[in-house]
Amino acid sequence: MSEAVTEFTRRARTEKGWWVAAALVGIGVIYPLIVESLQEVPLIGDFMPGIGSVVVMLIFTMMALGLNVVVGYAGLLDLGYVAFYAAGAYVAGWFASLHFDQVTFHLSGAVSGDLPGIHLSMWLVLVLAGVFTTIVGIVIGLPTLRLRGDYLAIVTLGFGEIVPQFVRNADSVAGFNLTNGTFGITPIDSPSFGAGFVFREQSNKDDLFYWTAIGLVLFTVFCCIRLRDSRLGRAWIAIREDETAAAAMGVPLMRTKTWAYAIGAFFGGVAGAYFASYRSGAFPADFFFQFSVFLLCMVILGGLGSIWGVLAGGLILSYLDREGLATIGAKLQQDAGLDFDPTKYQFGIYGLIIVAMMLLRPQGLIPERRHKIELEEGVHDTPFYDVQTEAAMTDRNRSDD
Amino acid sequence: MATATAALQRVRTSSLIDLIGLALLALLIVWLLFKFFEDPTRFINISIIGLTNGAIYGLVALGYTLVYGILQLINFAHGDVFALSGLIASTLIISVFGLDTETGVFLVIVGLLGTLAVTMPAFALFNASIERIAYKPLRNAPRLAPLITAVGVSFIVQNISLALYGVDFESVPNFIPRTDAIRIGDIAIQWDNIAVFLIVIPVLVTLTWFVRSTRQGKAMRAVAQDTEASAMMGINVNRTISVTFFLAGSLAAVAGLVYLLQFNIRYDTGFQLGLIAFTAAVLGGIGNLSGAVLGALMIGLVEAYNEGLDGTAGGDWTRSLVFGILIATLVFRPQGILGERTPEGA
Repeated sequence: MSEAVTEFTRRARTEKGWWVAAALVGIGVIYPLIVESLQEVPLIGDFMPGIGSVVVMLIFTMMALGLNVVVGYAGLLDLGYVAFYAAGAYVAGWFASLHFDQVTFHLSGAVSGDLPGIHLSMWLVLVLAGVFTTIVGIVIGLPTLRLRGDYLAIVTLGFGEIVPQFVRNADSVAGFNLTNGTFGITPIDSPSFGAGFVFREQSNKDDLFYWTAIGLVLFTVFCCIRLRDSRLGRAWIAIREDETAAAAMGVPLMRTKTWAYAIGAFFGGVAGAYFASYRSGAFPADFFFQFSVFLLCMVILGGLGSIWGVLAGGLILSYLDREGLATIGAKLQQDAGLDFDPTKYQFGIYGLIIVAMMLLRPQGLIPERRHKIELEEGVHDTPFYDVQTEAAMTDRNRSDD
Repeated sequence: MATATAALQRVRTSSLIDLIGLALLALLIVWLLFKFFEDPTRFINISIIGLTNGAIYGLVALGYTLVYGILQLINFAHGDVFALSGLIASTLIISVFGLDTETGVFLVIVGLLGTLAVTMPAFALFNASIERIAYKPLRNAPRLAPLITAVGVSFIVQNISLALYGVDFESVPNFIPRTDAIRIGDIAIQWDNIAVFLIVIPVLVTLTWFVRSTRQGKAMRAVAQDTEASAMMGINVNRTISVTFFLAGSLAAVAGLVYLLQFNIRYDTGFQLGLIAFTAAVLGGIGNLSGAVLGALMIGLVEAYNEGLDGTAGGDWTRSLVFGILIATLVFRPQGILGERTPEGA
């Protein structure tokens, strides 16, 4: 009886969740049409982000969802996610710009036929960027994933530092200009449907970029949900919870971890390429360590492993990054007369968020169900450090009796 | 003969990956020897620069390795604590002790010791309070939690530096003359290099004495080896961990001052240097004190050779090179040069 009730409430909850999700997507889709009137609303109007900012917010959120596969699902701390962002952006730079002007190759690109350089259709470039970044992820992952978690963190951090330095310095790799050094590659083609409908040439170009970004985020969310519930996803969670036990149960550790890394990288690459296309450039100055932590902060704020949480965390933090902090700073200046610029201290603020979340609400804003249960019931194989805490822990496991 | 056979046996049993690693190492050594015979004076002068930098890295690396040894936590905030201490030291030296190029030797020594007398206890306390506030509540949490928190703390400390000192580089006047102290032919060692060693070596000796010979040091080693067992033996684990952070903080303060004698410092210096120092700690074998210093000296030398000798990748690539070493160490010899292989395979 009670089981049937639980099942029913569970369903009702999921169904409700779907309704909320559908409503939010609906609002998301019509946002460009109502944003101007929203910005007129007193009090909250100033806090409504413009379409251009929301595009970037969505792209960052997509990267956060990709990072969530690595950190949230598989429990591998990746501090170098920015490397995948860079890889994706440069793939867009290589295959959809004037950069390689030694060759002229067009494939349903957005530019007219006689321009030098490789110009593939941006849709194709997005796929290429995803594939290329996946390969980069596997190459980085294979030697490093056999290391224990904290070593992995530092190695990924190392890669996150090497890749940006590489793109900054690789303007003459054996005399070959691969990345155009500190100037970056610009301009990069815009997405298009044939040569007649180029996003950047339309009057509502930001709206078009926005809807595409919504589509990409929804695609990512869909993949994340399906992956979470797949055999692979359950293997990831098993590894996250207890690597030794998972291995004993027959989960192939290396292969499963590499998949997590590769799939996480894929989304980073696609998002990176799309972002490069949106802002029409891949600039080495964008790829710095802090950005990896920024993405990590989104995942932690939302809840490790929780798709809806990461969506929320991603949107909140990237909103703060794009407009929120500046708006708040301006408000403080204007209304309270405070001379405090929050954008200057944004990474300190993210640091505070990380520490506060870890100490006060480690499950995140919208916790993943499994993770929540775990935290409430306590983990059993905790390391034993001091006697008092251990005594408290023993009390907490009464439910086992 | 017997040893040779044993060595051969070891070569045979070691895997392909080890062989690749050894081959790379052999190539590097051959190349360095070649460079040495090409121009010995220059090579030695560059080595001196490398060793000086390495000594500074070593102080920071010790902080990482101490904490890692006891908590298995990469304390990302350590580098930023170091930078903040360096910034505070610059203020003390300039505004409080007023050292400049005209100051006499005695006053310089008084000033340096006075600065250390302020910054060492202050940053020891600061570091220990970071542990109390941010890491201690997470001691029973999953491993990832304190690591992520450490990244957050690192950003907070960095922004404290930013709020106090802004984005400009801080420097101190050259109150230690940059003239030759020792000169053999064309090989010169300057006074400021000597000063670095004069500060670093006593600190290392004291630290070794503390860890090897005192009761508290023994407790630290015991906790590092087996927390559970040492708690059962009546060692106050919490206090031991606090003492470790205390030591790491004061080492960071010394490192901050010494760094200031050689370079300019600003709010984000600590992050970069922290990564280099961490690499050094891993290279030497994390958790191993002599390993950290050895690794740091090696990293210092590698950096100096890369920037000073011809036919290398050049200064643009130094950081990539250091991280390349980190990755290579973790792939070929995860336990580091002096570390022992752990059951978990590091």
